[in-house]
Amino acid sequence: MAELGCQEMVGLVTEYLEGTLGPRDRRRIEEHLAECDACVRYIEQMRETLKLLGTVPVDTLSPEAQSTLLEAFRDLKR
Amino acid sequence: MGREEGELIAALRAGDEAVFSRLVSEWSRSMLTLARHFVSTEASAEEVVQETWLAVIKGLDRFEGRSALRTWVYRILVNTAKSRGVKEHRTLPWSSVAGDDAGPSLDPALFQSTGEAYPGHWRAAPTAWPHDVAVEGSVLAGELRGELRTVVDALPDRQRLVLTLRDVLGHSSDEVCQLLDISQANQRVLLHRARTAVRAGLAAYLEGS
Repeated sequence: MAELGCQEMVGLVTEYLEGTLGPRDRRRIEEHLAECDACVRYIEQMRETLKLLGTVPVDTLSPEAQSTLLEAFRDLKR
Repeated sequence: MGREEGELIAALRAGDEAVFSRLVSEWSRSMLTLARHFVSTEASAEEVVQETWLAVIKGLDRFEGRSALRTWVYRILVNTAKSRGVKEHRTLPWSSVAGDDAGPSLDPALFQSTGEAYPGHWRAAPTAWPHDVAVEGSVLAGELRGELRTVVDALPDRQRLVLTLRDVLGHSSDEVCQLLDISQANQRVLLHRARTAVRAGLAAYLEGS
C-alpha cells in the first residue's frame, strides 16, 4: 500500500480521532506521524481546537421560562 | 434501564423539584440547539423547548422506560420542533451531504501538487500556535472562545449542528445519529468538515494577530 501523504492524513484525522479506522489505516497514520512533524502539529492543533470547543458556553432556557416550568411541574404533582 | 436512570424517573414521579430543575437547566442547552435547527427564530425554539417539558411533565406517568429518559425527552423535542418547522415553512433536507457540505475540506493549495517534489505533502508546515492556546483560564483561550463563536456561526447549518452537539455539548456520535436520523458515515463527514473549518478559522485568526 502506498505511503500516506499529508493531505490524505488531514482527510482522515476525524476518523483517526474517533477511532473508526480499520487497523491498516490506523497503522499507516501512525507510521506517517512517526516521521512527519507537520502532521503531528496539525493533530495537536485539532485536539486543542476540540478542547476549546468544549468550553464554549451555550445558552439554556431563560430563568423566567425555567420557573414557569417548575410551577407547572409543582401543580401537576400537587 | 440503569439504576441511576430508574432513580431519576422515580424522583420525577415523586415530584422532586430539585431533580426537575437540574434536568431542565442542563438538558435545555442541547434542546435549544436542536430546536433552533428546525424552527425559524430563537423565540420559537424557546417555545418548542418549553412545550416539550410540559409534555414531559404530563407524560411522565405513562413513560414506560423502554428507551432512556433523555432519548424519550429528545424525541418529543424533535417531533415538536419538526411540526413547528413545517408550520413555519422551514424545511431542511437531511437525506444527503451534498450542497454546502461537498468539496475539499482543507484548502488543497496548502499541499504540493503532482509534478512537485512531494505531491500531497504540506507546502509549509502549519504555523505553530502559542503554547497557552487551550490552557484553561489563559487570556488567549478566553479571546479564542469569542473567535470560536464567530467561526462556528459561519458554518453551514448541518455542520454547525453536528459540531455543536458533539464537540460543544458532548453528545456521543450514536446519540447524534439517532437525534438527527442520519447515518454514522454522514455524521462523520459533517463533523469532519466542521472541525477542519473551525481549526482553519482559529489558525487564520492566530496568524493574523
